[in-house]
Amino acid sequence: MSNRLVNWFKFASPQTFYPLAGKLIPWFWALTAAFGLAGLYIGFFVAPTDAQQGEGYRIIFIHVPASWMSMFIYLVMAFWAALGLGFNTRLSGMMASALAPTGALMAFLSLWTGALWGKPMWGTWWVWDARLTSELILFFLYLGFIALQSAIDDPRRADKAGAVLALVGVVNIPIIYFSVKWWNTLHQGASVSLTKSPSMAQTMLWGMLLMALAFWMYSIAVSLTRVRAIILERERHAGWVEELGEIRS
Amino acid sequence: MNWNSASEFFAMGGHALYVWGSFGACAALMIIEPILARKRRSKALTELKREIAARKDYETET
Repeated sequence: MSNRLVNWFKFASPQTFYPLAGKLIPWFWALTAAFGLAGLYIGFFVAPTDAQQGEGYRIIFIHVPASWMSMFIYLVMAFWAALGLGFNTRLSGMMASALAPTGALMAFLSLWTGALWGKPMWGTWWVWDARLTSELILFFLYLGFIALQSAIDDPRRADKAGAVLALVGVVNIPIIYFSVKWWNTLHQGASVSLTKSPSMAQTMLWGMLLMALAFWMYSIAVSLTRVRAIILERERHAGWVEELGEIRS
Repeated sequence: MNWNSASEFFAMGGHALYVWGSFGACAALMIIEPILARKRRSKALTELKREIAARKDYETET
């Protein structure tokens, strides 16, 4: 038991995590492709036309996964930021920085696909309703985090400043999630929740869940790629970096 | 099967702009982001190699 614990801590050092991440990345890309192809197939060819929204509803297969990931990545980012702030672990700050651009991308996709869905269904690209506005704030939080970190030259201080911002911003996540309950919004309520059975056709649900898994695997693959770059940038004066195969060749 | 022809598939029941605008933007960004992330790593590698080479030169000179 204690052996296992030691092994986990071992991977918390950039030196051991760098090659591990390199080995894992191809697997996460393979999973992204597998889930993505299955999800797209179900989304376009198996899931039936929606009775009310026609074919336009198919945007759901990327809108919901992107929105979920935009919130989930923020929580993971804040978790790493808090860990770095509390325990001063080197890798944590790098993980948080590596996740931010992917989170921003997901938030942007959520807003973009939402606008393209809102136009035909609600007759408008955008309304200042609670769900949309809080998601926009999430997008700005990601951008603010990235901007703040890039404005500070010392990476350790950048980590700390970013961590504080990330942790303060966490309050926005439940606001986004519950906004459709707390306020009267144009945005519909949750079709899928943990407490009741989903209010949508089985095949639509499967398509959406597969796409959510694909987005999840994509996020892991791309942020592991980015964290490897960040490790190289920050650890360039460490002896182990010079011993790497890709440096010596 | 929902579609009788390829053109029907691309028309998306009149919602082509919205559906393909969503999926297109998503695909484009998900192709660009990994390319940028990989470029960042290869840039870091090149700079590291140059730094190490410069240090070795300096060490042999002195």
